[in-house]
Amino acid sequence: MSDQLILGGHAFDSRFILGSGKFSLELVRAVAKKGGTQMVTLALRRANEGGTANILEYIPDGVTLLPNTSGARTAEEALRIARLARAIGCGDFVKVEVIRDSKYLLPDNYETLKATELLVKEGFIVLPYMYPDLNVARSLVDAGAAAVMPLAAPIGSNKGLATKEFIQILVDEIDLPIIVDAGIGRPSQACEAMEMGVDAIMANTAIATAGDVGEMAAAFKLAIEAGRRAYLSGLGRVLEGQGEASSPLTGFLED
Amino acid sequence: MNLNHINYMEYLPDMEILQSDTLERVLSGVAAYDYNQYTAQDVERALQSTSLNINDFGALLSPVAQPYLEQMARKAQLETRKHFGTSICLFTPLYIANYCENHCVYCGFNCHNHIQRAKLTTEEIERELQAIAATGLQEILLLTGESRTASSVEYIGEAVKLAARYFRNVGIEIYPLNSEEYRYLNQCGADFVSVYQETYNPDKYEQVHLSGHKRVYPYRFYAQERALLGGMRGVAFGALLGLDDFRKDAFATGLHAYYTQKKYPQAEISFSCPRMRPYIHNADNNPNDVHETQLLQVMLAYRLFLPYAGITISTRERAGFRDHVVGMCATKISAGVNVGVGGHEEEQKGDEQFEISDPRTVDEVDTMLKERGLQPVYIDYVRV
Repeated sequence: MSDQLILGGHAFDSRFILGSGKFSLELVRAVAKKGGTQMVTLALRRANEGGTANILEYIPDGVTLLPNTSGARTAEEALRIARLARAIGCGDFVKVEVIRDSKYLLPDNYETLKATELLVKEGFIVLPYMYPDLNVARSLVDAGAAAVMPLAAPIGSNKGLATKEFIQILVDEIDLPIIVDAGIGRPSQACEAMEMGVDAIMANTAIATAGDVGEMAAAFKLAIEAGRRAYLSGLGRVLEGQGEASSPLTGFLED
Repeated sequence: MNLNHINYMEYLPDMEILQSDTLERVLSGVAAYDYNQYTAQDVERALQSTSLNINDFGALLSPVAQPYLEQMARKAQLETRKHFGTSICLFTPLYIANYCENHCVYCGFNCHNHIQRAKLTTEEIERELQAIAATGLQEILLLTGESRTASSVEYIGEAVKLAARYFRNVGIEIYPLNSEEYRYLNQCGADFVSVYQETYNPDKYEQVHLSGHKRVYPYRFYAQERALLGGMRGVAFGALLGLDDFRKDAFATGLHAYYTQKKYPQAEISFSCPRMRPYIHNADNNPNDVHETQLLQVMLAYRLFLPYAGITISTRERAGFRDHVVGMCATKISAGVNVGVGGHEEEQKGDEQFEISDPRTVDEVDTMLKERGLQPVYIDYVRV
């Protein structure tokens, strides 16, 4: 059965997007392979064309690049960074990151929406990183985003699905792929998000800070696949409270 | 104007005055900081906290925290990994002039010292930049002594424009400016400003800054805010540890950075940790002495209090110290350093401000980082 993730008309078998910013570059290739990932994000600010430790040289062939606009504080800055990314051959995908907070690195939804509008007009396939707000997500759909990337918890925190209820609302209401980005700290949390109906997971810190990064990437791959299969198969119901009453309250009805 | 004996808390006529209460907040915070009141329980609570407050920071800087250095280091390493991964940024400083109009009693550049003074010409700066760029570095920090006359804002602006042609990231460590002057240098291509208060204790500050513009404490204190108002992306803070009570100065430095970032949430903040080396064989005599243990305690406390802040490790420290603190708490390291005026390509023209303890080249530092499982990062910045 084909179960592909479709982003901007491109199909992916893997639902695991790997962040690259916190790795030793030599490890990116092996981690991408063990995680079975087909898409790797990279910060354009780390691209050093023709120079030493150029992150672009460490992304394996056949993997789709997802450059991000890290460093942008406004929509206009995000646009300029995306243009630079495209100019050096990173393709048309762009993950919008507009951040005006150096402490928590929380995305600025207002500027993110403006950036998405600008970038879609220039033909980019836009994946906006956002704080999970239903109204903004709807506006992102209207602006032409290819997916919505709500955060689970502050980036790098490994705190898991702190925004679970709000991500569930996006899953239920938004007719675009929902990719949980930031905060996922362990495979079980990735699995739980996938069981909720999230379409894909992006992770970086959780893997980069593991004892064995390759093994952790493999664990994430399995967890994401397990969560997806669980979602597709329909989760069994969970009984609330004290269980099912043997004498139903509505047993008196005589029709 | 005779700059001797000016009132160190009053602005001089051309100095911009900001409406800000950061100075009052920092000074009242330090005044209330009694590091002898903390107990081991306070330190343990701070070590268990996932979001440290000012009181936790004070506990970690206190003497009772010293036996907990190993635990602090372990927690700091985790925090550093969470926020920065394995990335360590590389840069080098370039001194373009060492003329100085200040009389700071502790400094080798001070205006009464008879050292070889020099200022690089535009051509000399360019040759130095080319030589440094050939090492692969993409980030440079331009430094001058503090002389508006010898090293004018226009002169520095020309140096910044040249540097921006060879380097993607240009920082400046020069005398404090007004916000419009920072804006000018930002437009020339600089985006990061380092200004060190040296000591936050006003009485000590007055005693050791005998003359020159630097004597004006609040103008120096608000340099970071003016830089941010001038459009700079990031600012660095630092006290010269050991000049006064290092625990109080480190506490003040942390508060200065904390309140500045709170007021300007977009600002990227970082710390530098220069220290005055204790005299040998005098270890037990002075409680203000900053040995490696105390220096590390300060760096770890900065990391745990503000886990998102950058920390730069000075070339004044020995290689064995630097190699162990990168990735644990430090996130940026200099390499291929010459602290004289010029000296990368040209023959050195002016004397050094201090002696460096780690003369390794860029390649050597790169190799060291990789051997430690860290990723040398040459550029982590895009100018937009």
